[in-house]
Amino acid sequence: MQQLHALGKLIRVQTKLYLREPVAVFFTLLFAPLYLIMNWLIAGNQPLAELGGRGSLEAYLPACAAIVIAVVGLMPGAIETANRREAGVLRRFRATPLRPLTYIIGDVGVYLAMILLGILFVMLLAYFAFGVRSVGNVPSMFAAILLSATSFLAVGYVLASVLPNARAVTVVGNVLLFPMIAFSGATVPLEIMPETVRTIAKFVPLTHVITLLRGAWFGEPWSALLTEVAVLVGLLVVGTVVSALTFRWE
Amino acid sequence: MTSSDPFVVQVSELRKQYPDVTAVNGVSFDIGAGEIFGMVGPNGAGKTTTIECIEGLRQPDAGRVRVLGLDPQADGYALRERIGIQFQTSDLPARIKVGEALDLFASFYRRSVDWRPLLDRMGLGDRANAYLAKLSGGQRQRVFIALALINDPELVFLDELTTGLDPQSRRSMWELVRDVRERGKTVFLTTHYMEEAERLCDRVAIMDHGKIVALDTPERLIAQLNAENRVVLQAERSFDEATLRRLPAVVRVERIGERVIVYGPKEGLLSGVINALEAGEIPFRDLRTEQPNLEDVFLALTGKEMRD
Repeated sequence: MQQLHALGKLIRVQTKLYLREPVAVFFTLLFAPLYLIMNWLIAGNQPLAELGGRGSLEAYLPACAAIVIAVVGLMPGAIETANRREAGVLRRFRATPLRPLTYIIGDVGVYLAMILLGILFVMLLAYFAFGVRSVGNVPSMFAAILLSATSFLAVGYVLASVLPNARAVTVVGNVLLFPMIAFSGATVPLEIMPETVRTIAKFVPLTHVITLLRGAWFGEPWSALLTEVAVLVGLLVVGTVVSALTFRWE
Repeated sequence: MTSSDPFVVQVSELRKQYPDVTAVNGVSFDIGAGEIFGMVGPNGAGKTTTIECIEGLRQPDAGRVRVLGLDPQADGYALRERIGIQFQTSDLPARIKVGEALDLFASFYRRSVDWRPLLDRMGLGDRANAYLAKLSGGQRQRVFIALALINDPELVFLDELTTGLDPQSRRSMWELVRDVRERGKTVFLTTHYMEEAERLCDRVAIMDHGKIVALDTPERLIAQLNAENRVVLQAERSFDEATLRRLPAVVRVERIGERVIVYGPKEGLLSGVINALEAGEIPFRDLRTEQPNLEDVFLALTGKEMRD
Protein backbone atom coordinates (compact mmCIF):
# COMPACT_ATOMS: atom_id res chain seq x y z
CA MET A 1 0.00 0.00 0.00
CA GLN A 2 2.72 2.41 1.01
CA GLN A 3 4.58 1.62 -2.20
CA LEU A 4 1.45 2.28 -4.26
CA HIS A 5 0.97 5.64 -2.53
CA ALA A 6 4.63 6.43 -3.21
CA LEU A 7 4.24 5.35 -6.85
CA GLY A 8 1.29 7.70 -7.34
CA LYS A 9 3.23 10.63 -5.88
CA LEU A 10 6.36 9.77 -7.87
CA ILE A 11 4.43 9.72 -11.14
CA ARG A 12 2.70 13.03 -10.36
CA VAL A 13 5.88 14.84 -9.33
CA GLN A 14 8.05 13.35 -12.09
CA THR A 15 5.50 14.33 -14.73
CA LYS A 16 5.57 17.94 -13.49
CA LEU A 17 9.37 17.94 -13.46
CA TYR A 18 9.44 16.55 -17.02
CA LEU A 19 7.06 19.19 -18.33
CA ARG A 20 9.14 21.96 -16.71
CA GLU A 21 12.08 21.14 -18.99
CA PRO A 22 11.67 23.10 -22.25
CA VAL A 23 13.93 20.78 -24.29
CA ALA A 24 11.92 17.73 -23.20
CA VAL A 25 8.65 19.47 -24.05
CA PHE A 26 10.02 20.35 -27.48
CA PHE A 27 11.02 16.77 -28.29
CA THR A 28 7.80 15.33 -26.85
CA LEU A 29 5.26 17.67 -28.39
CA LEU A 30 6.83 19.56 -31.28
CA PHE A 31 9.49 17.37 -32.88
CA ALA A 32 7.14 14.86 -34.57
CA PRO A 33 4.68 17.61 -35.68
CA LEU A 34 7.62 19.27 -37.47
CA TYR A 35 8.03 16.12 -39.56
CA LEU A 36 4.28 15.99 -40.13
CA ILE A 37 4.22 19.58 -41.35
CA MET A 38 7.26 19.03 -43.60
CA ASN A 39 5.56 16.02 -45.14
CA TRP A 40 2.41 18.00 -45.68
CA LEU A 41 4.36 20.83 -47.32
CA ILE A 42 6.09 18.37 -49.67
CA ALA A 43 3.28 15.96 -50.50
CA GLY A 44 0.07 17.38 -49.08
CA ASN A 45 -2.56 14.78 -48.21
CA GLN A 46 -3.19 13.12 -51.56
CA PRO A 47 -5.59 10.18 -51.52
CA LEU A 48 -3.59 7.11 -52.48
CA ALA A 49 -5.22 4.31 -54.46
CA GLU A 50 -2.87 1.68 -53.00
CA LEU A 51 -4.07 2.66 -49.49
CA GLY A 52 -7.73 2.29 -50.40
CA GLY A 53 -8.11 5.99 -50.97
CA ARG A 54 -6.56 7.08 -47.68
CA GLY A 55 -4.43 10.19 -47.68
CA SER A 56 -0.63 10.14 -47.82
CA LEU A 57 -0.45 12.19 -44.63
CA GLU A 58 -2.54 9.63 -42.81
CA ALA A 59 -0.13 6.95 -44.02
CA TYR A 60 2.66 9.01 -42.50
CA LEU A 61 1.10 9.26 -39.01
CA PRO A 62 2.48 5.91 -37.74
CA ALA A 63 5.97 7.18 -38.62
CA CYS A 64 5.23 10.31 -36.56
CA ALA A 65 4.28 8.10 -33.62
CA ALA A 66 7.52 6.15 -34.12
CA ILE A 67 9.51 9.40 -34.01
CA VAL A 68 7.91 10.29 -30.66
CA ILE A 69 8.77 6.83 -29.32
CA ALA A 70 12.37 7.19 -30.49
CA VAL A 71 13.05 10.69 -29.18
CA VAL A 72 11.20 10.33 -25.85
CA GLY A 73 12.01 6.66 -25.23
CA LEU A 74 15.73 6.58 -25.88
CA MET A 75 17.31 9.69 -24.40
CA PRO A 76 15.49 11.91 -21.88
CA GLY A 77 14.99 9.15 -19.32
CA ALA A 78 18.51 7.85 -19.79
CA ILE A 79 20.07 11.32 -19.44
CA GLU A 80 17.96 12.14 -16.39
CA THR A 81 18.82 8.82 -14.73
CA ALA A 82 22.55 9.32 -15.36
CA ASN A 83 22.31 12.92 -14.11
CA ARG A 84 20.50 11.81 -10.97
CA ARG A 85 23.06 9.15 -10.28
CA GLU A 86 25.92 11.63 -10.68
CA ALA A 87 24.29 14.27 -8.49
CA GLY A 88 23.47 11.76 -5.74
CA VAL A 89 19.72 12.05 -6.22
CA LEU A 90 19.32 8.28 -6.55
CA ARG A 91 21.37 7.87 -3.39
CA ARG A 92 18.89 10.02 -1.51
CA PHE A 93 16.00 7.88 -2.77
CA ARG A 94 17.92 4.78 -1.78
CA ALA A 95 18.21 6.04 1.80
CA THR A 96 14.41 5.81 2.21
CA PRO A 97 12.12 2.76 2.35
CA LEU A 98 11.23 3.37 -1.32
CA ARG A 99 11.75 0.09 -3.21
CA PRO A 100 13.93 0.29 -6.33
CA LEU A 101 11.21 -1.45 -8.34
CA THR A 102 8.67 1.22 -7.34
CA TYR A 103 11.03 3.94 -8.50
CA ILE A 104 11.70 2.23 -11.84
CA ILE A 105 8.02 1.47 -12.49
CA GLY A 106 7.23 5.12 -11.78
CA ASP A 107 9.99 6.28 -14.11
CA VAL A 108 8.88 4.00 -16.95
CA GLY A 109 5.25 4.99 -16.32
CA VAL A 110 6.06 8.69 -16.68
CA TYR A 111 7.96 8.25 -19.94
CA LEU A 112 5.25 5.97 -21.33
CA ALA A 113 2.67 8.61 -20.46
CA MET A 114 4.78 11.29 -22.14
CA ILE A 115 5.12 9.15 -25.28
CA LEU A 116 1.34 8.67 -25.37
CA LEU A 117 0.87 12.39 -24.83
CA GLY A 118 3.24 13.22 -27.70
CA ILE A 119 1.52 10.77 -30.05
CA LEU A 120 -1.92 12.04 -29.05
CA PHE A 121 -0.74 15.59 -29.71
CA VAL A 122 0.53 14.87 -33.23
CA MET A 123 -2.68 12.93 -34.02
CA LEU A 124 -4.86 15.79 -32.81
CA LEU A 125 -2.82 18.16 -34.93
CA ALA A 126 -3.35 15.91 -37.95
CA TYR A 127 -7.08 15.76 -37.17
CA PHE A 128 -7.70 19.45 -36.64
CA ALA A 129 -5.14 21.11 -38.89
CA PHE A 130 -4.80 18.67 -41.79
CA GLY A 131 -8.19 17.00 -41.84
CA VAL A 132 -6.90 13.46 -41.28
CA ARG A 133 -10.09 11.73 -40.15
CA SER A 134 -9.32 8.01 -39.84
CA VAL A 135 -7.73 6.88 -36.58
CA GLY A 136 -6.80 3.32 -37.56
CA ASN A 137 -7.23 0.33 -35.33
CA VAL A 138 -6.98 1.90 -31.86
CA PRO A 139 -6.47 -1.21 -29.65
CA SER A 140 -3.86 -2.67 -32.01
CA MET A 141 -2.17 0.70 -32.31
CA PHE A 142 -2.12 1.08 -28.51
CA ALA A 143 -0.59 -2.37 -28.03
CA ALA A 144 2.01 -1.70 -30.73
CA ILE A 145 2.91 1.65 -29.14
CA LEU A 146 3.29 0.08 -25.70
CA LEU A 147 5.58 -2.67 -27.00
CA SER A 148 7.72 -0.27 -29.06
CA ALA A 149 7.94 2.30 -26.26
CA THR A 150 8.95 -0.18 -23.54
CA SER A 151 11.62 -1.66 -25.86
CA PHE A 152 13.13 1.76 -26.47
CA LEU A 153 12.92 2.69 -22.76
CA ALA A 154 14.73 -0.57 -21.94
CA VAL A 155 17.51 0.37 -24.36
CA GLY A 156 17.61 3.83 -22.75
CA TYR A 157 18.08 2.20 -19.34
CA VAL A 158 20.96 0.17 -20.78
CA LEU A 159 22.64 3.41 -21.89
CA ALA A 160 22.09 4.94 -18.42
CA SER A 161 23.48 1.81 -16.75
CA VAL A 162 26.56 0.99 -18.80
CA LEU A 163 27.78 4.49 -19.68
CA PRO A 164 29.80 6.41 -17.09
CA ASN A 165 27.91 9.73 -17.05
CA ALA A 166 25.17 11.89 -18.54
CA ARG A 167 27.53 13.43 -21.10
CA ALA A 168 28.37 10.01 -22.48
CA VAL A 169 24.67 9.10 -22.55
CA THR A 170 23.92 12.27 -24.51
CA VAL A 171 26.68 11.63 -27.04
CA VAL A 172 25.91 7.93 -27.57
CA GLY A 173 22.17 8.64 -27.57
CA ASN A 174 22.50 11.26 -30.31
CA VAL A 175 24.82 9.03 -32.34
CA LEU A 176 22.19 6.27 -32.19
CA LEU A 177 19.08 8.41 -32.51
CA PHE A 178 19.52 10.68 -35.51
CA PRO A 179 21.03 8.17 -37.97
CA MET A 180 18.32 5.76 -36.81
CA ILE A 181 15.62 8.27 -37.74
CA ALA A 182 17.31 8.88 -41.09
CA PHE A 183 17.72 5.18 -41.95
CA SER A 184 14.33 3.97 -40.74
CA GLY A 185 12.01 5.56 -43.23
CA ALA A 186 10.69 7.89 -40.56
CA THR A 187 11.42 10.87 -42.77
CA VAL A 188 11.53 9.64 -46.37
CA PRO A 189 9.69 6.42 -47.33
CA LEU A 190 12.15 3.53 -47.68
CA GLU A 191 10.53 2.58 -50.99
CA ILE A 192 12.23 5.49 -52.75
CA MET A 193 15.59 4.92 -50.98
CA PRO A 194 18.58 3.20 -52.65
CA GLU A 195 19.06 -0.52 -52.07
CA THR A 196 21.95 -0.01 -49.58
CA VAL A 197 19.84 2.18 -47.34
CA ARG A 198 17.03 -0.36 -47.40
CA THR A 199 19.47 -3.10 -46.38
CA ILE A 200 20.77 -0.99 -43.48
CA ALA A 201 17.21 -0.16 -42.49
CA LYS A 202 16.50 -3.82 -41.77
CA PHE A 203 18.97 -3.64 -38.87
CA VAL A 204 17.54 -0.43 -37.43
CA PRO A 205 15.04 -1.09 -34.62
CA LEU A 206 13.05 2.01 -35.51
CA THR A 207 12.27 0.53 -38.95
CA HIS A 208 10.54 -2.34 -37.20
CA VAL A 209 8.66 0.09 -34.96
CA ILE A 210 7.37 1.91 -38.05
CA THR A 211 6.40 -1.32 -39.82
CA LEU A 212 4.61 -2.54 -36.69
CA LEU A 213 2.77 0.73 -36.10
CA ARG A 214 1.80 1.03 -39.76
CA GLY A 215 0.51 -2.54 -39.73
CA ALA A 216 -1.50 -1.90 -36.57
CA TRP A 217 -2.74 1.40 -37.97
CA PHE A 218 -4.03 -0.19 -41.17
CA GLY A 219 -5.49 -3.18 -39.31
CA GLU A 220 -3.13 -5.85 -40.57
CA PRO A 221 -3.37 -9.10 -38.56
CA TRP A 222 -0.66 -9.50 -35.90
CA SER A 223 0.36 -12.76 -37.59
CA ALA A 224 1.71 -10.63 -40.45
CA LEU A 225 3.87 -8.65 -38.02
CA LEU A 226 5.63 -11.47 -36.16
CA THR A 227 9.12 -10.41 -37.26
CA GLU A 228 8.61 -6.90 -35.88
CA VAL A 229 7.08 -8.21 -32.64
CA ALA A 230 9.95 -10.69 -32.24
CA VAL A 231 12.60 -7.99 -32.79
CA LEU A 232 11.00 -5.57 -30.32
CA VAL A 233 10.26 -8.22 -27.66
CA GLY A 234 13.87 -9.36 -28.04
CA LEU A 235 15.09 -5.79 -27.57
CA LEU A 236 12.84 -5.40 -24.51
CA VAL A 237 14.02 -8.63 -22.87
CA VAL A 238 17.72 -8.06 -23.59
CA GLY A 239 17.46 -4.40 -22.55
CA THR A 240 15.69 -5.25 -19.30
CA VAL A 241 18.13 -8.03 -18.38
CA VAL A 242 21.24 -5.99 -19.23
CA SER A 243 20.06 -2.90 -17.37
CA ALA A 244 18.91 -4.97 -14.37
CA LEU A 245 22.38 -6.54 -14.19
CA THR A 246 24.32 -3.32 -14.68
CA PHE A 247 22.13 -0.67 -13.02
CA ARG A 248 23.90 1.36 -10.33
CA TRP A 249 22.32 3.68 -7.77
CA GLU A 250 25.65 5.41 -7.14
CA MET B 1 14.60 -0.19 20.65
CA THR B 2 13.47 -1.44 24.03
CA SER B 3 14.16 0.20 27.36
CA SER B 4 16.53 -2.64 28.26
CA ASP B 5 18.70 -1.60 25.33
CA PRO B 6 20.10 1.85 25.98
CA PHE B 7 22.19 1.95 22.83
CA VAL B 8 20.80 3.31 19.60
CA VAL B 9 23.90 2.27 17.67
CA GLN B 10 26.22 -0.60 18.52
CA VAL B 11 29.26 -1.27 16.40
CA SER B 12 31.88 -3.87 17.20
CA GLU B 13 34.98 -4.82 15.26
CA LEU B 14 33.68 -3.32 12.03
CA ARG B 15 35.92 -3.94 9.03
CA LYS B 16 35.70 -2.93 5.40
CA GLN B 17 38.34 -3.65 2.81
CA TYR B 18 38.45 -2.09 -0.64
CA PRO B 19 40.64 -3.50 -3.41
CA ASP B 20 43.55 -1.20 -2.66
CA VAL B 21 42.91 0.03 0.88
CA THR B 22 41.53 -1.05 4.25
CA ALA B 23 38.93 1.67 4.81
CA VAL B 24 37.73 0.55 8.24
CA ASN B 25 40.01 -1.59 10.34
CA GLY B 26 38.28 -2.83 13.49
CA VAL B 27 36.07 -0.04 14.75
CA SER B 28 33.91 -0.41 17.87
CA PHE B 29 31.69 2.12 19.62
CA ASP B 30 28.18 2.63 20.96
CA ILE B 31 25.87 5.62 20.75
CA GLY B 32 23.35 6.19 23.54
CA ALA B 33 19.79 7.41 23.11
CA GLY B 34 19.55 11.20 22.95
CA GLU B 35 23.24 11.75 22.34
CA ILE B 36 24.82 14.08 19.82
CA PHE B 37 27.68 11.91 18.68
CA GLY B 38 30.35 13.37 16.44
CA MET B 39 32.90 11.68 14.21
CA VAL B 40 35.88 13.64 12.93
CA GLY B 41 38.93 12.64 10.98
CA PRO B 42 41.02 13.57 7.97
CA ASN B 43 39.78 12.77 4.48
CA GLY B 44 40.12 9.07 3.79
CA ALA B 45 40.09 8.16 7.49
CA GLY B 46 37.11 5.83 7.01
CA LYS B 47 34.34 8.04 8.43
CA THR B 48 32.07 7.81 5.41
CA THR B 49 32.48 4.06 5.06
CA THR B 50 31.73 3.60 8.76
CA ILE B 51 28.61 5.77 8.62
CA GLU B 52 27.41 4.03 5.44
CA CYS B 53 27.79 0.60 7.06
CA ILE B 54 25.64 1.87 9.96
CA GLU B 55 23.04 3.32 7.57
CA GLY B 56 22.89 0.01 5.72
CA LEU B 57 24.06 1.53 2.45
CA ARG B 58 27.30 -0.46 2.46
CA GLN B 59 27.96 -4.03 3.46
CA PRO B 60 30.74 -4.55 6.01
CA ASP B 61 33.27 -7.34 5.48
CA ALA B 62 33.30 -8.23 9.17
CA GLY B 63 32.00 -7.06 12.51
CA ARG B 64 28.63 -6.56 14.07
CA VAL B 65 26.40 -3.52 13.56
CA ARG B 66 23.06 -3.01 15.30
CA VAL B 67 20.99 0.13 14.83
CA LEU B 68 17.80 0.55 16.87
CA GLY B 69 18.16 -3.18 17.53
CA LEU B 70 18.13 -3.98 13.79
CA ASP B 71 20.73 -5.40 11.45
CA PRO B 72 21.13 -2.71 8.75
CA GLN B 73 21.83 -5.31 6.07
CA ALA B 74 19.06 -7.81 6.86
CA ASP B 75 16.40 -5.30 8.00
CA GLY B 76 17.31 -2.39 5.74
CA TYR B 77 13.81 -1.25 4.86
CA ALA B 78 12.53 -1.55 8.44
CA LEU B 79 15.53 0.49 9.59
CA ARG B 80 15.09 3.19 6.93
CA GLU B 81 11.56 3.80 8.23
CA ARG B 82 13.12 4.90 11.53
CA ILE B 83 16.27 6.80 10.57
CA GLY B 84 16.87 10.05 8.71
CA ILE B 85 19.94 10.71 6.58
CA GLN B 86 21.39 14.00 5.42
CA PHE B 87 24.17 13.33 2.92
CA GLN B 88 27.32 15.33 2.35
CA THR B 89 26.98 15.14 -1.41
CA SER B 90 23.51 14.51 -2.64
CA ASP B 91 20.88 16.46 -4.48
CA LEU B 92 17.24 16.39 -5.42
CA PRO B 93 15.78 16.05 -8.91
CA ALA B 94 16.27 19.14 -11.07
CA ARG B 95 13.41 21.66 -11.26
CA ILE B 96 11.70 20.41 -8.08
CA LYS B 97 10.05 22.79 -5.64
CA VAL B 98 10.67 22.65 -1.90
CA GLY B 99 7.11 21.62 -0.99
CA GLU B 100 7.00 18.99 -3.74
CA ALA B 101 10.20 17.41 -2.49
CA LEU B 102 8.92 17.18 1.09
CA ASP B 103 5.53 15.88 -0.02
CA LEU B 104 7.20 13.28 -2.25
CA PHE B 105 9.58 12.03 0.41
CA ALA B 106 6.80 11.92 3.01
CA SER B 107 4.97 9.45 0.77
CA PHE B 108 7.86 6.96 1.00
CA TYR B 109 7.33 6.34 4.73
CA ARG B 110 4.58 4.58 6.65
CA ARG B 111 4.75 7.31 9.26
CA SER B 112 5.56 10.89 8.41
CA VAL B 113 5.06 14.30 9.96
CA ASP B 114 3.16 17.17 8.36
CA TRP B 115 5.83 18.91 6.28
CA ARG B 116 4.46 22.45 6.58
CA PRO B 117 5.19 22.95 10.31
CA LEU B 118 8.51 21.19 9.73
CA LEU B 119 9.38 23.76 7.07
CA ASP B 120 8.34 26.52 9.49
CA ARG B 121 10.69 25.14 12.11
CA MET B 122 13.50 25.30 9.56
CA GLY B 123 12.67 28.95 8.95
CA LEU B 124 11.51 28.18 5.41
CA GLY B 125 7.76 28.47 5.89
CA ASP B 126 7.47 30.94 3.01
CA ARG B 127 9.64 28.97 0.57
CA ALA B 128 7.41 25.94 -0.08
CA ASN B 129 6.72 27.12 -3.63
CA ALA B 130 10.31 28.07 -4.39
CA TYR B 131 12.48 26.02 -6.71
CA LEU B 132 15.17 24.26 -4.74
CA ALA B 133 17.78 25.46 -7.22
CA LYS B 134 16.95 29.10 -6.35
CA LEU B 135 17.71 28.74 -2.62
CA SER B 136 20.94 29.77 -0.93
CA GLY B 137 23.35 27.12 0.31
CA GLY B 138 22.11 27.46 3.88
CA GLN B 139 18.47 27.25 2.85
CA ARG B 140 19.12 24.14 0.74
CA GLN B 141 20.85 22.53 3.68
CA ARG B 142 17.76 23.25 5.81
CA VAL B 143 15.57 21.58 3.22
CA PHE B 144 17.84 18.54 3.35
CA ILE B 145 17.56 18.48 7.14
CA ALA B 146 13.78 18.73 6.82
CA LEU B 147 13.88 15.72 4.45
CA ALA B 148 15.94 13.81 7.01
CA LEU B 149 13.28 14.59 9.66
CA ILE B 150 10.18 13.98 7.52
CA ASN B 151 9.61 10.49 8.95
CA ASP B 152 10.04 11.63 12.57
CA PRO B 153 13.16 9.42 12.87
CA GLU B 154 14.65 8.17 16.12
CA LEU B 155 18.18 8.54 14.78
CA VAL B 156 19.42 11.27 12.43
CA PHE B 157 22.66 11.16 10.43
CA LEU B 158 24.10 14.54 9.48
CA ASP B 159 27.14 14.23 7.22
CA GLU B 160 29.26 17.39 6.90
CA LEU B 161 26.22 19.46 7.70
CA THR B 162 27.85 22.86 7.64
CA THR B 163 30.61 22.43 5.05
CA GLY B 164 30.52 25.37 2.67
CA LEU B 165 28.24 27.50 4.84
CA ASP B 166 29.11 30.95 6.13
CA PRO B 167 29.74 31.27 9.90
CA GLN B 168 26.30 32.73 10.59
CA SER B 169 24.45 29.94 8.78
CA ARG B 170 26.67 27.45 10.55
CA ARG B 171 25.69 28.79 13.96
CA SER B 172 21.99 28.71 13.16
CA MET B 173 22.45 25.13 11.90
CA TRP B 174 23.89 24.25 15.33
CA GLU B 175 20.71 25.60 16.92
CA LEU B 176 18.67 23.34 14.66
CA VAL B 177 20.73 20.30 15.66
CA ARG B 178 20.28 21.09 19.35
CA ASP B 179 16.56 21.49 18.73
CA VAL B 180 16.45 18.06 17.05
CA ARG B 181 18.05 16.55 20.13
CA GLU B 182 15.63 18.42 22.42
CA ARG B 183 12.90 16.53 20.61
CA GLY B 184 14.34 13.28 21.86
CA LYS B 185 16.25 12.19 18.82
CA THR B 186 19.77 10.83 18.63
CA VAL B 187 22.16 12.62 16.30
CA PHE B 188 25.20 11.13 14.58
CA LEU B 189 27.20 13.80 12.79
CA THR B 190 30.48 14.08 10.97
CA THR B 191 32.24 17.38 10.56
CA HIS B 192 35.38 19.04 9.30
CA TYR B 193 35.15 21.79 11.87
CA MET B 194 36.69 21.09 15.26
CA GLU B 195 34.90 24.06 16.75
CA GLU B 196 31.61 22.54 15.64
CA ALA B 197 32.42 19.17 17.20
CA GLU B 198 33.58 20.85 20.40
CA ARG B 199 30.50 23.06 20.78
CA LEU B 200 27.85 20.66 19.59
CA CYS B 201 28.77 17.09 20.44
CA ASP B 202 28.33 15.21 23.70
CA ARG B 203 31.01 12.79 22.59
CA VAL B 204 33.49 12.87 19.75
CA ALA B 205 35.26 9.98 18.03
CA ILE B 206 38.45 10.85 16.17
CA MET B 207 39.16 8.49 13.29
CA ASP B 208 42.42 8.04 11.46
CA HIS B 209 43.63 5.29 9.11
CA GLY B 210 40.45 3.26 9.58
CA LYS B 211 40.60 3.22 13.37
CA ILE B 212 39.15 5.26 16.21
CA VAL B 213 42.16 6.88 17.87
CA ALA B 214 40.19 8.68 20.60
CA LEU B 215 36.62 8.71 21.84
CA ASP B 216 35.35 10.85 24.71
CA THR B 217 33.63 14.11 25.59
CA PRO B 218 35.36 17.14 24.04
CA GLU B 219 36.36 18.39 27.52
CA ARG B 220 38.04 15.15 28.49
CA LEU B 221 39.76 14.78 25.13
CA ILE B 222 41.26 18.22 25.63
CA ALA B 223 42.18 17.56 29.24
CA GLN B 224 43.85 14.25 28.33
CA LEU B 225 46.03 16.01 25.83
CA ASN B 226 47.76 17.80 28.70
CA ALA B 227 48.46 20.61 26.31
CA GLU B 228 49.84 23.90 27.52
CA ASN B 229 47.93 27.14 27.56
CA ARG B 230 49.47 30.00 25.65
CA VAL B 231 49.86 33.69 26.42
CA VAL B 232 50.42 35.69 23.26
CA LEU B 233 51.49 39.34 23.31
CA GLN B 234 53.34 42.05 21.38
CA ALA B 235 56.36 43.40 23.25
CA GLU B 236 57.08 47.05 22.47
CA ARG B 237 60.79 46.78 23.03
CA SER B 238 63.35 44.01 23.19
CA PHE B 239 63.95 42.40 26.55
CA ASP B 240 65.66 39.40 28.04
CA GLU B 241 63.41 36.40 27.53
CA ALA B 242 64.90 34.78 30.58
CA THR B 243 62.71 37.18 32.59
CA LEU B 244 59.78 35.03 31.51
CA ARG B 245 61.53 31.69 31.11
CA ARG B 246 62.54 31.48 34.74
CA LEU B 247 58.98 31.83 35.99
CA PRO B 248 57.81 28.56 37.58
CA ALA B 249 54.61 28.47 35.44
CA VAL B 250 56.43 28.88 32.15
CA VAL B 251 57.56 25.89 30.09
CA ARG B 252 58.99 27.70 27.09
CA VAL B 253 58.99 31.03 25.29
CA GLU B 254 58.90 31.67 21.57
CA ARG B 255 59.69 35.01 19.99
CA ILE B 256 59.10 36.10 16.43
CA GLY B 257 59.89 39.82 16.05
CA GLU B 258 57.65 41.68 18.45
CA ARG B 259 55.41 38.68 18.95
CA VAL B 260 56.01 36.63 22.08
CA ILE B 261 54.31 33.33 22.86
CA VAL B 262 54.63 31.95 26.37
CA TYR B 263 53.70 28.31 26.98
CA GLY B 264 52.78 26.79 30.31
CA PRO B 265 50.13 24.97 32.32
CA LYS B 266 46.91 26.81 32.99
CA GLU B 267 47.56 27.56 36.67
CA GLY B 268 49.53 30.74 37.29
CA LEU B 269 50.64 31.32 33.71
CA LEU B 270 48.74 34.50 32.94
CA SER B 271 49.29 36.23 36.27
CA GLY B 272 52.95 35.17 36.29
CA VAL B 273 53.60 36.61 32.84
CA ILE B 274 51.82 39.91 33.56
CA ASN B 275 53.56 40.39 36.91
CA ALA B 276 56.97 39.71 35.38
CA LEU B 277 56.36 42.16 32.54
CA GLU B 278 55.16 44.85 34.96
CA ALA B 279 58.09 44.27 37.29
CA GLY B 280 60.56 44.44 34.41
CA GLU B 281 58.82 47.58 33.08
CA ILE B 282 58.45 45.95 29.69
CA PRO B 283 55.66 47.67 27.73
CA PHE B 284 53.34 45.29 25.86
CA ARG B 285 50.01 45.28 24.01
CA ASP B 286 47.46 42.92 22.48
CA LEU B 287 47.86 40.32 25.17
CA ARG B 288 45.58 37.32 24.96
CA THR B 289 45.43 33.77 26.23
CA GLU B 290 44.73 30.68 24.17
CA GLN B 291 43.43 27.44 25.61
CA PRO B 292 44.06 24.13 23.94
CA ASN B 293 41.06 23.03 21.92
CA LEU B 294 39.88 20.03 19.95
CA GLU B 295 41.94 21.21 17.01
CA ASP B 296 45.08 20.69 19.11
CA VAL B 297 43.86 17.24 20.14
CA PHE B 298 43.23 16.40 16.53
CA LEU B 299 46.62 17.65 15.44
CA ALA B 300 48.36 15.74 18.20
CA LEU B 301 46.57 12.48 17.41
CA THR B 302 46.58 12.52 13.62
CA GLY B 303 49.46 14.84 12.81
CA LYS B 304 47.18 16.65 10.38
CA GLU B 305 45.49 20.00 10.32
CA MET B 306 41.77 19.59 9.94
CA ARG B 307 41.24 22.97 8.34
CA ASP B 308 41.18 22.89 4.58
